[in-house]
Amino acid sequence: MAAIRRYFRSPAAVIGLVLLLIVIGMAISAGWLYPRDPLALAGRPLIWPFSNPRFLLGTDNSGRDIAAQIFYGARISLLIGGAATAIAIAIGIMIGAFAGYYGGWIDNVLMRVTEAFQTLPNFVLLLVLVAVFGSTLTTVTIAVGVVSWPAPARLTRAEFLSLRNREFVQAGRTLGMKDVQLILGEILPNALPPVIVYASVVMAVAILLESALAFLHLSDPNVASWGNLIGLGRDVLRVQWYVSAIPGLAILFTVLAVSLVGQGLNDALNPRLKAR
Amino acid sequence: MRILSLAGRRLAASIPTLFLILIGVFLLLQFAPGDTVDAMMAQMGGGDAATARTLRKFYGLDLSVPVQLGNYLWRLVRLDLGYSAIYGKPVTTVILERLPPTILLMTASLSFAFFAGLVLGVIAARGVNKWPDTLISTVGLIFYATPSFWFGLMAIMVFSIYLQWLPAGGFEDIGATQSGLGRTLDIARHLVLPTLTLGLIFLAIYLRIMRASMLEVLNLDFVRTARAKGLDETRVVIRHVLRNALLPMVTLIGLQAGTMLGGSVVVESVFSLPGLGRLAYESVVQRDLNTLLGIVFVSALLVIAVNFLVDLLYARLDPRISAEG
Repeated sequence: MAAIRRYFRSPAAVIGLVLLLIVIGMAISAGWLYPRDPLALAGRPLIWPFSNPRFLLGTDNSGRDIAAQIFYGARISLLIGGAATAIAIAIGIMIGAFAGYYGGWIDNVLMRVTEAFQTLPNFVLLLVLVAVFGSTLTTVTIAVGVVSWPAPARLTRAEFLSLRNREFVQAGRTLGMKDVQLILGEILPNALPPVIVYASVVMAVAILLESALAFLHLSDPNVASWGNLIGLGRDVLRVQWYVSAIPGLAILFTVLAVSLVGQGLNDALNPRLKAR
Repeated sequence: MRILSLAGRRLAASIPTLFLILIGVFLLLQFAPGDTVDAMMAQMGGGDAATARTLRKFYGLDLSVPVQLGNYLWRLVRLDLGYSAIYGKPVTTVILERLPPTILLMTASLSFAFFAGLVLGVIAARGVNKWPDTLISTVGLIFYATPSFWFGLMAIMVFSIYLQWLPAGGFEDIGATQSGLGRTLDIARHLVLPTLTLGLIFLAIYLRIMRASMLEVLNLDFVRTARAKGLDETRVVIRHVLRNALLPMVTLIGLQAGTMLGGSVVVESVFSLPGLGRLAYESVVQRDLNTLLGIVFVSALLVIAVNFLVDLLYARLDPRISAEG
């Protein structure tokens, strides 16, 4: 309760939450406000925003409603961001927990693998994965998750290293609890908060990664995504710059919202750090 | 010397990592639909199955996967990355041609992000919770959330199309065959927007870290001592705080090297720079898997090299590190 009160005392955190709720609201209401396929032809191409009440944000090069694509794009960004983050955090926790709990050669091997993933630029690995497995919504989501796990893994490992010899874990061990019980039931709940807070960073990066991939025409072309629209608008940048500008702002606000909420949660859950 | 041996040991430890990456990506690429020969046949405009078989035999693609992997690693030891069917040149040549613009871009962006982040971080920390701090921190947050390719496009729109101050893309003017200073200036003009675009997100990260690190060091006892002996604030910050606050910044360079290289893929595509990142993108689109694998190798090497330099720099900034090593 105190944490919630602390959260709402920070204006930045509240702004972030409001922005995030707006984006979620857009994602939910997309089908209801724009029942037609957002990628279907809607009107004349390249209508400027605010010039035609039927297309509030104008139309793109092929006459598709930009506003509809922005609303449906919110779904895609949140979906890919959320699912990829869940994948990254799940892999990260698993690897970090094993490495931190057992130590020794298991730790050595797992950290070598983590290091390998960190040495290879994650966008280059993402390109390789897309080249191999193609670019459907599912593969792109999994690929973004697979390149994002090393940081959460290191964080989990560090938490496990500091927790594994505490009294309550030793007590559990003396009681004859199995390793799995100790890892899942005793250590993990205590190691989880910083990892969950870090998930906001992973999600922000995941949204940016997917949009960059879509901008390069390497993400799923059959869904309305913000990155796709920016890539499309690039061809008419000289005059109709709004086709690229509008979805870019959508990405900016979404990533900002996710970061602010993460920051707010961090400060609310660790009040001592907030002193400065 | 001790510094060198310490960094050298770290360097040696990264060799297994490098092999792990290569083997992993090599095996991964076996799942890719289509191989080099398919790409070549497509470029030749098709061909019969017999030709494909001959070509596969010629490139050793008819062998089993472990044998191919062994061959690849053996060739790699001799710095032979194979042959790019798309470019009609050895992959090593293709990559070496594309490396200079990327290294130039990364160095420029890193310097920009590092120094601008340093200055802004110090200003923010000096006036913590006053308006300069609030302004700088907000701008940092916004930069962090800005997709680099979008910022690049908007920068082109404003500075190249509307104001016509800077070129919209390319590495240098093709028409002008200048040499010396003229060419340097020309390339510099072309790199202004890409540098800002790539550096933006890192600027945001550096300024945040610098601010936090300054605040931490400003509270330490030796700073109080320096103040107590009558040093003015500027000297306290520059001679006592800055050097200590720089350590996390330097660590970050090593950690971010890979991210920066990944970011250059996007930025080079936006500004059509003939660099390594753009080559990575092209080789994905054209299914030039040999080149892609070569790029994986070279980018891992680059990241390892940057980390080696960071180790050296780190030991130089903090004598305790080499003393303990």
